[in-house]
Amino acid sequence: MENKANRAKFIIGGVLIVAAIVYLIVSSTRASAQYFLTIDEMLQRGSEVVGRDLRISGAVIGDTIQYDPQALTLTFEVASVPGDNAEVEAQGGLAAVLHQAVIDPNRPRVKVVYNDVKPDLLRDEAQAIMTGKLGEDGIFYAEELLLKCPTKYEEAVPQQTNQ
Amino acid sequence: MLVNLGYGAVFITALLCLYSIGAAVYGVQRKQAVWVDSARNAMLLIFPLLSLAALSLVIQLVTSHFEVAFVAEVTSRAMPTYLKATAWWGGQAGSLLFWAWLMSAFTSAVTLRKWERDREFLPWVIVVGMVTLGFFLFLILAFENPFARLWALPSGRVEAHMFAPQGATLFIPRDGNGLNPLLRHPGMIIHPPMLYLGFVAFVIPYAFAIAALITGRTDDRWIRLTRRWALWAWLFLSLGLILGARWAYDVLGWGGYWGWDPVEISAFMPWLSGTAFVHSVMIQEKRGMLKHWNMILIITTYALVIFGTFLTRSGVLSSVHAFAQSEIGPAFFLFIGLTFLASMSLLFWRWNSLKANNQMTSFLSREALFMLNNVVFMGILVICFWGVIFPLISELVTGQKVTVGPPFYERATAPLFVVMLLLMGIAPLSAWRHSTAKTLGRAMWKPFVVSLLAPILAFAGGIRLWAALLTFWLAAFVAAVTLYEFWRGAQARSRRHAEPLPVALWKLAGRNRRRYGGYLIHLGVVLMSIGIIGIEVFQTETQRTIPQGGEITLGAYTMKYDSLAIFDTADNRNAARAVVSVYKNGEYVGELHPRRDFFYDSQQSMTIPGVRSTWEDDFYVLLVDWLPVTAEGATFKVFHNPLVNWVWFGGLVFILGTLVAAWPERETESAAVTAWQPGGVHATGD
Repeated sequence: MENKANRAKFIIGGVLIVAAIVYLIVSSTRASAQYFLTIDEMLQRGSEVVGRDLRISGAVIGDTIQYDPQALTLTFEVASVPGDNAEVEAQGGLAAVLHQAVIDPNRPRVKVVYNDVKPDLLRDEAQAIMTGKLGEDGIFYAEELLLKCPTKYEEAVPQQTNQ
Repeated sequence: MLVNLGYGAVFITALLCLYSIGAAVYGVQRKQAVWVDSARNAMLLIFPLLSLAALSLVIQLVTSHFEVAFVAEVTSRAMPTYLKATAWWGGQAGSLLFWAWLMSAFTSAVTLRKWERDREFLPWVIVVGMVTLGFFLFLILAFENPFARLWALPSGRVEAHMFAPQGATLFIPRDGNGLNPLLRHPGMIIHPPMLYLGFVAFVIPYAFAIAALITGRTDDRWIRLTRRWALWAWLFLSLGLILGARWAYDVLGWGGYWGWDPVEISAFMPWLSGTAFVHSVMIQEKRGMLKHWNMILIITTYALVIFGTFLTRSGVLSSVHAFAQSEIGPAFFLFIGLTFLASMSLLFWRWNSLKANNQMTSFLSREALFMLNNVVFMGILVICFWGVIFPLISELVTGQKVTVGPPFYERATAPLFVVMLLLMGIAPLSAWRHSTAKTLGRAMWKPFVVSLLAPILAFAGGIRLWAALLTFWLAAFVAAVTLYEFWRGAQARSRRHAEPLPVALWKLAGRNRRRYGGYLIHLGVVLMSIGIIGIEVFQTETQRTIPQGGEITLGAYTMKYDSLAIFDTADNRNAARAVVSVYKNGEYVGELHPRRDFFYDSQQSMTIPGVRSTWEDDFYVLLVDWLPVTAEGATFKVFHNPLVNWVWFGGLVFILGTLVAAWPERETESAAVTAWQPGGVHATGD
């Protein structure tokens, strides 16, 4: 008899704790969800996603990088790249995809404004992963900027020795 | 050719792995010990063979054989030799070999122990170790071969292959890409090996757990045999995490040390389940309870170890750590899924023989509080796991990829960290089996009263944030309880043995290493939490462009920009180094040299902060930009990080405590042996 009451006590306690953790997860997810879109998708949806927390990724176009160290304003353009890993692999890997995106003038592009220190990895054909909001003016205001630079063997080609 | 030697060694090792698995299983089925011994001997050959493979790779790296694709990828001529050698784990293919090599070292070490009393475990420990190792060798041979060389095809393309394709000639780049400059840091040289040591060492307790399930010897023998392994694994994992945080603070230049990045989390998750495990095995040893739970914990830890290795080594999630990308993902998922399913099936098969010897009766008993501690750690784990896989889930369910960032983790885990601290204060004072609020209150009121001083002092010092006040109180409470425990124990011993108090304390801790090591770890956590509150809640920053002689003021600090020098260094980089004078409350306190180095080989720059570090706070200056011709104006970003040093000091105490707890202990090892009986409660230990 006492055994059963004892068991029930711990089961109720456990259920309460699990409920608390579930609540924490659900409410925190709601509060900080960011939509992951490709630039293509973001531009297609247009006004629908203006002002929402977004996370986008694109290929940095080196010629467009402008930095005003006085105001700490960094602007650059990124070209759309596929968001799906399998698709990236099918097109020859990240380096090739980024290169294609940058040299293709018909690729959808978006201008990015970032008010912070210029990151070390920002350069032509880097992949920029940004969180922020799309403004009414069609400019993406980034709050966070991550950069990835894939390594490529092709870079080594012009340096071949005479062997 | 060294590459062929290395590749050959890996290939033969893979065959030995298969043989070892086959011989062990055959030996068990036929009940012929000679086959198990043969499996063991095959296993012992693996470490020297993989060492040979590793050595040939390191020689290629150090001697700059750029025709080897991996060497060209991670090293360059300008790198110093120690960086070339440690670039072994700077890229994916090399780090898989590194993992396998460590694994072979550990499995060899475990095979060499005396097995007389545990012979039935041996074949299954071999099987689990070899299956894990074999998987990594398979990845090396099939996908990520560090010995592959570059070949120029007749079409002009350059590709990496192990053996020469038709009509191709060997391609030797003049120089390599060089290791990512961000990784050229002492912390980054030892951080991955520490994490990997932790990952790999957790495979051993898992192997014994599986052996216990298969053989049906489901008492706590497997736990006693592997508890030191688990502690060492945990030690290395903790050290890896702390070093990684320090690296981020020194190198990534965002003024922080932990960004809730998926890769950080993937190393954090096995640590969480491992922490739950090292706590809850004590309950099984003491009270013969939570047997299923311990199995679930170690199985989960193993799965998370493999998952962690996979996340750091694949491009599946976007992260600052994505230094490596490849197609090994599906293989990893398949392996994790299969081993997890197999382990869980074994557990359900043995479910009934893992019945608890005792029942939990009181909410405030030591075992109930330990259980709650486990729930808290697993809760944090679930939150982390949810955050990491949420993009994948949301994409599957809604077709829309949705991610959650650091605010999610901070918000969701903060209450659990608070509960964790509280438990750290209460649990050491509660009794096994039965505690009431009254007995606990009697044990607790003294440290409780003392701990109230901390928030009162903080409040008097002008701190009004309730979260900070609460954490300071909790930290003080845990510290007071822990020190009180040390004092009580030492005093009792001193009276009993007529020893001076310090001697009594020393001997007491020496006799009860796990207990007092554990308390030391708790003190480490307290110190770290003070530092974390300092930087999370009270960090301030500012950024400005100033002319030479200009000043930036932040809080009590002022920095003056004195000069800037731009020069080339011997290791092929261009450095811009600023000299700034730092004043605190108007008084000159020193000079800092924030700099920014541009690496010619990898065409990448790296920001190195100038930091004035004291117990009170860090003044952290980044050189952001400068006017190249005149060097007259420069932009600085400045952080004031209060108390951050306590994070590192706490980390040190934490590691020290783990060392105390994990240090081999001759006397209790034999005591543990005599105490081996189902549910046996023995007198030694804690």
